[in-house]
Amino acid sequence: MKETVSSVVIKKEWDIVGARQAGRQLSQELGFGSVDQARIATAISELARNIYLYAKEGEITFEELYDLPKVGLKIIAKDKGPGINDLSAVMEDGYSTSGGLGAGLPGVKRLMDEFDLVSDEEGTKVTTIKWARP
Amino acid sequence: MRVPILKLHNYLLVSIQIELDDQTAMQFQEDLLSKIHETGATGVVIDLTSVEVVDSFIAKVFGDVVSMAGLMGAKVVFTGIQPAVSMTLIELGIYLKEVPTALDLEQGIIKLRQELEEK
Repeated sequence: MKETVSSVVIKKEWDIVGARQAGRQLSQELGFGSVDQARIATAISELARNIYLYAKEGEITFEELYDLPKVGLKIIAKDKGPGINDLSAVMEDGYSTSGGLGAGLPGVKRLMDEFDLVSDEEGTKVTTIKWARP
Repeated sequence: MRVPILKLHNYLLVSIQIELDDQTAMQFQEDLLSKIHETGATGVVIDLTSVEVVDSFIAKVFGDVVSMAGLMGAKVVFTGIQPAVSMTLIELGIYLKEVPTALDLEQGIIKLRQELEEK
C-alpha cells in the first residue's frame, strides 16, 4: 500500500479554488470518472470554504490510497479555529451560521464515501474518502 | 477577472468560461444587475456549459441573481448545466427550485421568449 501525500494551505479566498483544482487534478490522475471528479472538487470547495469562513486559516491534505485493487482519495481538512459548538446541528441539512445554504457538511458526507468529523476548542478536522469505481 | 456580458436586442447573454471564485461570482452578480439597469434588458441567459464545479456558495449567488434580476423586472434562465454538476448539486442538497433552466442556449432563448410573451 503506497501512499502519496500533498497539501494546500487555505488562507485566502482564492485558495478555495486552488484546493478544488488540485483535488480535481489528483482525482483525474487517480482515474476517477467525471462525475466523481465533480463530487470531489465540490466537497473540497465546501471544506475549504468552512476553513476560510470559520477558522480563517487551515490546510487541506490529500492522500492517495492504494488498497489494491481499490484506489481512493483521502481528503483531510484541518484547522485550529474555534471548533464547532453543536456537532449534531452542523450535520443537519439547512443549518448555517454564516447565511449560506447550509448544505456544507451533510452535503460533503453525501458526496463522499467515508466521512469523519472531530471538533473541539483546539480546532476542527474533517476526514473524508472517495473510492474510485473500477 | 470579470465575466463578459453581451447584449443582444433586449436580452443579455453570458457564458461563464472561467473558474468562479467567490469574489468573481459576487462581482458578476453586481455587473449583471448594472447591465440590466443600463440596457433595460428584459431577459438574461447565463450559460454554464463550461462550468465544472458549482458549490453551495456559487449556487447561492446564482439563486440570488434570479431574485435580484426579478426585482428589476428581468427574467434569468440558466442553461447548459453539465450532468456531473446537476448530480453533484442534488446530492449536496441544493435543488435551486426557483431557478429557471433550459438544456442549452437555444432552448434558453426560446424559454425566455415564451415567458416574456405570456405577460
